[in-house]
Amino acid sequence: MPATLAEKLLQRHSDTEITGPGQIVRCRLSLVLANDITAPLAIKAFREMGAHDVFDRDRVVIVTDHFTPNKDIASAEQVKVCREFAAEQLLAHYFEGGNVGVEHALLPELGLVGPGDVVIGADSHTCTYGGLGAFATGMGSTDIAGGMALGETWFKVPPTIQVVLTGDCGKFVGGKDLMLALIGVIGVSGARYKALEFTGALATKLSVEARLTMSNMAIEAGGKVGLFPADAKALAYAAAHGRTGDEALEADPGAHYERVVTINADGMEPQIACPHLPENVKPVSEVAGLRIDQAVIGSCTNGRIEDLREAAAIFKGNKVAKHVRCIVLPATPAVWRQALAEGLIEIFMDADCVVGPPTCGPCLGGHMGILAGGERAIATTNRNFRGRMGSLESEVYLSGPAAAAAAAVAGAIIDPAKI
Amino acid sequence: MYQGKAHKVGDHIDTDAIIPARFLVTTDAAELGANCMEGLEPGWIKRIQKGDIIVAGENFGCGSSREHAPVAILGAGIPVVIARSFARIFYRNSFNMGLVLLEIGDDVTKIHDGDSLSVDADTGVIDNRTTGEKIQCKPVPPFMKGILDKGGLVPYVRDRLAARA
Repeated sequence: MPATLAEKLLQRHSDTEITGPGQIVRCRLSLVLANDITAPLAIKAFREMGAHDVFDRDRVVIVTDHFTPNKDIASAEQVKVCREFAAEQLLAHYFEGGNVGVEHALLPELGLVGPGDVVIGADSHTCTYGGLGAFATGMGSTDIAGGMALGETWFKVPPTIQVVLTGDCGKFVGGKDLMLALIGVIGVSGARYKALEFTGALATKLSVEARLTMSNMAIEAGGKVGLFPADAKALAYAAAHGRTGDEALEADPGAHYERVVTINADGMEPQIACPHLPENVKPVSEVAGLRIDQAVIGSCTNGRIEDLREAAAIFKGNKVAKHVRCIVLPATPAVWRQALAEGLIEIFMDADCVVGPPTCGPCLGGHMGILAGGERAIATTNRNFRGRMGSLESEVYLSGPAAAAAAAVAGAIIDPAKI
Repeated sequence: MYQGKAHKVGDHIDTDAIIPARFLVTTDAAELGANCMEGLEPGWIKRIQKGDIIVAGENFGCGSSREHAPVAILGAGIPVVIARSFARIFYRNSFNMGLVLLEIGDDVTKIHDGDSLSVDADTGVIDNRTTGEKIQCKPVPPFMKGILDKGGLVPYVRDRLAARA
């Protein structure tokens, strides 16, 4: 039977012959991940399971990135639980302090995840690694504890929606806009329990960073995974980030897709997801003029170097509007350093942006940029649920980096081409 | 067998609504339970009696993977959630935490806010005592039933670890 990419990836990690969607299979795990919010619960479950040692100290990763630098005593206590567990288990990859990056930007950059892997993480945006051709998905802390102990987990083989990307992206349109456009079409539960598989001429042209941005938001369509083929570009990225032995992987010709959706980038405007669901997507021209109080540029969705370059191109020679707070959070230390070397940090400072450390902070209303009642933000993050970034009476509009930077300069949502 | 009053909520109730991130600085069920649905409506918890049941629309529990969401619902004294459909990660988390979920599709319209329900989790039958209507939901797949029969994922993993030793 010709297999989808999801089926092929699972098959590589399972001894059971995969026959199609709905089947439940046990798979060996390449990597298991948790963060400072989810690891403490996972560690508690790990103990209750009677486990003593993680299955492989090189393949259990904890990144303390959500409420760090620790925002209060309670979050400091949670990080302490992570730190002590990492020390006890001699985890090779524990991140706290100067080596912390936003987990889903950090792991691909360090070559810890890559083509052909099966990864589970106690964070819903674990699906990001699908951009490199990894079957990667979010689970809760207890499933992660099971994975940490056993090095395996069970999956229900998902049916697949094929997403054909065609046309060419204009100057201010990128992976984020394509993904918002898709979520606008299929809705926040359009891919519930399903895999998204990105194909088409435009998919091949997209950079790995743009692919990671798209796969990151598979969960916003309810998806289990968002997969790009492990093609030459993905393999080159993996090799450049220290991995060896990865192989090309794509779906078989004739594989069965439950549905095929085409997204054509030709003539596409920058896309904006309006409150309070990521599916409320409109072209920027339809929401232009809405005054904003805050802009956030960063996160696991859009905090990579290409995103910062895109934002800096808008900020160069411009200032953030007086009434706007613009917060720029490079997603990893390496991205920060690169932005510094390229002069981007100086551009952000000259424009009166706040440049902070890598953290998930404001995306989930944790810290470093909380909204008051009646305030409106534009953000390159991934969720605009009611109250996500602070007050229940605040609003979040999601966009790509260029549109967020342009809004910060104009003080209102605007087509970046007009800056 | 569970008995309680139905509290209806809408479609796409996300985990930020069930338990906002600012409360995720603890793993304590009672503390999380005290803030259950605080992101939907401040003070929602005050109308809940122990044993009450949430009845939701489509895609309940979408968003983050936080297991704190089912823990908060259980901590609020709610043992069962009935919905038109559930988000994937939330479904799996609830299953692991022992929160009973019943997915009933369009039959969700047969339950109204305040109805008195009785739920048999083994047979999947919901008895709406207010209307007298009975609703049958889909059975749990056999593999997952096996985990349930072991008492949840924690004892399941404990047994698998013991079998390897």
